[in-house]
Amino acid sequence: MTNQYEVVIGLEVHVELKTQTKLFCGCANAFGQDPNSQTCPVCLGLPGVLPVLNGEAVALAARAALALHCTVNSYSKFDRKQYFYPDLPKAYQISQYDQPLAENGHVTIQPSDGKRDIGIERIHMEEDAGKLNHLGQRLEDAEGSLVDLNRAGVPLIEIVSRPEMHSPEEARQYLVELRTILSYLDISDLRMEEGSMRCDANISLRPLDYTGSLADLPRVEIKNVNSFRNVQRSIEFEISRQRQLLQTGQRIVKETRGFDDASGSTYSQRSKEEANDYRYFPEPDLPPLVLSETWLQNQREALPQLPDELRQHLAQRGVAERDVEVLVQDLNLYHYWSQVVELVPDVRLVTNWLLSDYSRLMNAKGLNFATPQVSADGLASLLTLITSGTLSGKMAKEVLEAMFETGETAEAVVKRLGLSQITDRNAIKEIVSAVVAANPAVVQDFLSGKEKALTFLVGQVMKQTKGQAKPDLVNALLREVLAAYA
Amino acid sequence: MNLTEKEVRHVARLARLAISSTELSEATQALGRVLDYIDLLNELNTDAVPPTTHVEAIETVWRQDRVVPSLSPEAATANGPQVSSQMFVVPKILDRGEE
Amino acid sequence: MGMIDWDAVQTAEHVQRGEVSAVECIEEALLRIESTNPTVNAFLHVDGEGALAKARFMDHNLTREAKANLPLAGVAVAIKDNMVTTDMPTTAGSKILEGFRSPYNATVVELLERAGAIVVGKTNMDEFAMGSSTEHSAYGVTRNPWDPNRVPGGSSGGSAAAVAARMVPLALGSDTGGSIRLPASYCGVFGIKPTYGRVSRYGLIAYASSLDQIGPLARSVRDLARTLHLIGRHDEKDATSLDVDTIPESPIPTALQSLRIGLPEEYFGEGIDIRVRTLIEKTLDQLRESGADLVPISLPHTRYAIATYYLIAPAEASSNLSRYDGVRYGLRVAGDDLIHMYQKTRQEGFGSEVKRRILLGTHALSAGYYDAYYLKAQKVRTLIRQDFDNAFAQVDLIVTPTVADLPFKLGERDLDPLQMYLTDIFTVTTNLAGIPGLSQPVGLVDGLPVGLQWMGPPLSEDRVLSAASALEAILPPPEWPLSGGIQE
Ligand SMILES: [Mg+2]
Ligand SMILES: [Zn+2]
Repeated sequence: MTNQYEVVIGLEVHVELKTQTKLFCGCANAFGQDPNSQTCPVCLGLPGVLPVLNGEAVALAARAALALHCTVNSYSKFDRKQYFYPDLPKAYQISQYDQPLAENGHVTIQPSDGKRDIGIERIHMEEDAGKLNHLGQRLEDAEGSLVDLNRAGVPLIEIVSRPEMHSPEEARQYLVELRTILSYLDISDLRMEEGSMRCDANISLRPLDYTGSLADLPRVEIKNVNSFRNVQRSIEFEISRQRQLLQTGQRIVKETRGFDDASGSTYSQRSKEEANDYRYFPEPDLPPLVLSETWLQNQREALPQLPDELRQHLAQRGVAERDVEVLVQDLNLYHYWSQVVELVPDVRLVTNWLLSDYSRLMNAKGLNFATPQVSADGLASLLTLITSGTLSGKMAKEVLEAMFETGETAEAVVKRLGLSQITDRNAIKEIVSAVVAANPAVVQDFLSGKEKALTFLVGQVMKQTKGQAKPDLVNALLREVLAAYA
Repeated sequence: MNLTEKEVRHVARLARLAISSTELSEATQALGRVLDYIDLLNELNTDAVPPTTHVEAIETVWRQDRVVPSLSPEAATANGPQVSSQMFVVPKILDRGEE
Repeated sequence: MGMIDWDAVQTAEHVQRGEVSAVECIEEALLRIESTNPTVNAFLHVDGEGALAKARFMDHNLTREAKANLPLAGVAVAIKDNMVTTDMPTTAGSKILEGFRSPYNATVVELLERAGAIVVGKTNMDEFAMGSSTEHSAYGVTRNPWDPNRVPGGSSGGSAAAVAARMVPLALGSDTGGSIRLPASYCGVFGIKPTYGRVSRYGLIAYASSLDQIGPLARSVRDLARTLHLIGRHDEKDATSLDVDTIPESPIPTALQSLRIGLPEEYFGEGIDIRVRTLIEKTLDQLRESGADLVPISLPHTRYAIATYYLIAPAEASSNLSRYDGVRYGLRVAGDDLIHMYQKTRQEGFGSEVKRRILLGTHALSAGYYDAYYLKAQKVRTLIRQDFDNAFAQVDLIVTPTVADLPFKLGERDLDPLQMYLTDIFTVTTNLAGIPGLSQPVGLVDGLPVGLQWMGPPLSEDRVLSAASALEAILPPPEWPLSGGIQE
């Protein structure tokens, strides 16, 4: 039954660009300000105003396009997309219709059956709408709404994927990788809760014997879901809803649906009868955008190292595949990691410490690596105490915890707690000999083949040294002394 | 090209105009006549002609990303027919817009 | 000659030399407005107090040197009511903007005020500049000062009538399909529509964005030149504003012997009022006698211009006028829900001609019709531009009648919008091609003025003004209506 249909998913992602000013006016592009305090005649859509394009927004958009392997068009233009809504002051959105900024890119995902590129059809620039605050719990039962236009005119890019994802998991991977790439560019806050990244999902089920064009399949668009998890949930719900309809012989209606977080279900927002006719036409107030090869080259050169390049680099440095992903997903963590690796060349040691103990302590405090609690230098000197044999791993953990709490250096903690590993061979051998002499029965057990007896003896030595003897040295010396008894 | 009242009603809806039935038939007639006249353009074969969207030969006009002071919220909402908490009040919304 | 007969340049010179005060200039304008405006209804709003305060400031606080640097010192100007002003209301002749007060000034208003001009009021117009008669204002019709039973032309009818009636020496209008030149012709004043992009549109309430241009109306060519010199500047607030040198402050009359002037056969054919034709041809003879080389040319796509215009302009207008939705400013008519509020507000706020054009434009852009209408019109627009490119390869300038007939009677073309649309037949082409056009009064027939239109290649305003200035010099000085002065 489940294999009668192929799931077809396409995603449209809106990303707010982190410019100083809005796309077409000089108002500050700032989140969380007093209502209508970031507005001017232009973004209020007053009579007589004209838009003037923000060049920096074009630069950021072009960098996003290049990082997503798109072709940036040397010629593009702006168009008006027309519909009435109180958050859209001019009753048209300046967007790009048939000649967008960039086309034909991709994002690579890694589903269980191997790596695959998900195509990006186009990336275009447009202005954001304002915000409505409903006087009531939900739009549906609100008595009215309050319009705040601070967000109106904030620059957006819309990244439109091809309908090439076939499961909610693939959609999630696409979004994660897309966000990772964009986060490297530092062109957006990428916060779904604050709306600086928003996702619409188009979902249809293609009967396996269907040979027509995908565009003709009835498609449902789920709008503005506010987290990656909910994108996945809404798609899951929508797939089963559509499957059920099809299996009971009903038709899928082309429509826009919303997602209800509490019930985990989608609901109809607008059916096809009310479908908009956007009446796009070229924006007469803005001359076309013609980008020179020199300008594009400058944008290319402004690109930082991208996730795929970093993956390669880390693999070459010998970082395990699973750890690579952790570092790639958190650039602050990676930057910290590279500082420590500069000072402590044991990549494996550094990575292990960073991704386990250090991360655990950071998480417990709710911190992230943008503001590390212990400096890279500090961690490096702690790790150096391990490599030099001064501290055992167990001791080092204790020291790190103390460093987290008090902000002391590793050396200071070691000194204060009197911690340091006994590495003096002769000193340990003396204790080993004493323990062997004091436990003849256990020694007999060992000599008769009971390997476990050794563990007891090691424990005794560690006890007498208050845990400061170097364990592998204790082991070796015990075997040496016991060999003499044999 | 003949224009029907149904088409004019559709267009009026798109344009958010609540035109009366008298206006509807008047507008249908008047627009029909204008569109008949506009039919004249079909004398011309324009298949190979590029459209003129802008008469000027200018392109890529952009500005620096520099903040210019905004209006105060009071000034921004001074013309508002209904304002509350420095926001424009609109009546109950039964349909959704776009984004 | 009294102050009332001075043009703007003469007025400014007197103020600069300290021979009259700015206050005297403004008082003169206000008196004349008081006596003639009740008949003409050129003004929607007059701010006498504000204007006098500015004049007093100029008189009391500016040195002789400072005034000498103000090219329009003390000149009373009228602004068409589709250019926003902070000191006065702006309605664009529409009920939907009743009570609206702009928090910013149009760039042209700033530039004029910086040059010493004093805005005395806002002039009547066809609602949102849609019309050719200034009958389609929510605030009543403007009457032609030559004959109050006739229209002043439109849509800048208030500005043209105010200048013709000598209420002010200078006014600004806007021209989308002839809205400066047509009323200039009907009222017997000078008016120029500059090259698209010459004058900033920032603060001009948009009708059809790809066609709109602001320009001056005045009683002499030199006033047009001085004003265009001042307002024709690059503006960073308008992305379509051209970054080119401003035109010279004063036109040097061209030696007519050196001019090759094209006479397009399409503008001299059927349908021209015989009286207009006779006077225009007489003027052409005068140009010929002065040595100008008049050559027949053809602009073959002229017959498609009105059809093209009445697709492009309403389409853009339908978009530009969508912002009047009762949310942020202007009229709001209460409704049960948002859509009803939108519909009732727009239904009551817009006049019938505006609604007609919104419907037409919305239709032309709607799904399934875009290619056949809007796109088709943009392609024909290309052909019309090419006509001019070809013509200007042969001639320096083109001369035509500004309009085919004399000012018509009020209400005469009300019943048939198409008939009204055809009034613009000689003026729309320059808007479609983006080139400058100037209308110049060349005399009266049956007591009504006739205008001649100059057209030039893009950015040739200097050439157009110089030629008009040369013609001005060989014609008898224009006459002015309501010449009884303020006592009448
Ligand atoms: Mg979009
Ligand atoms: Zn703004």
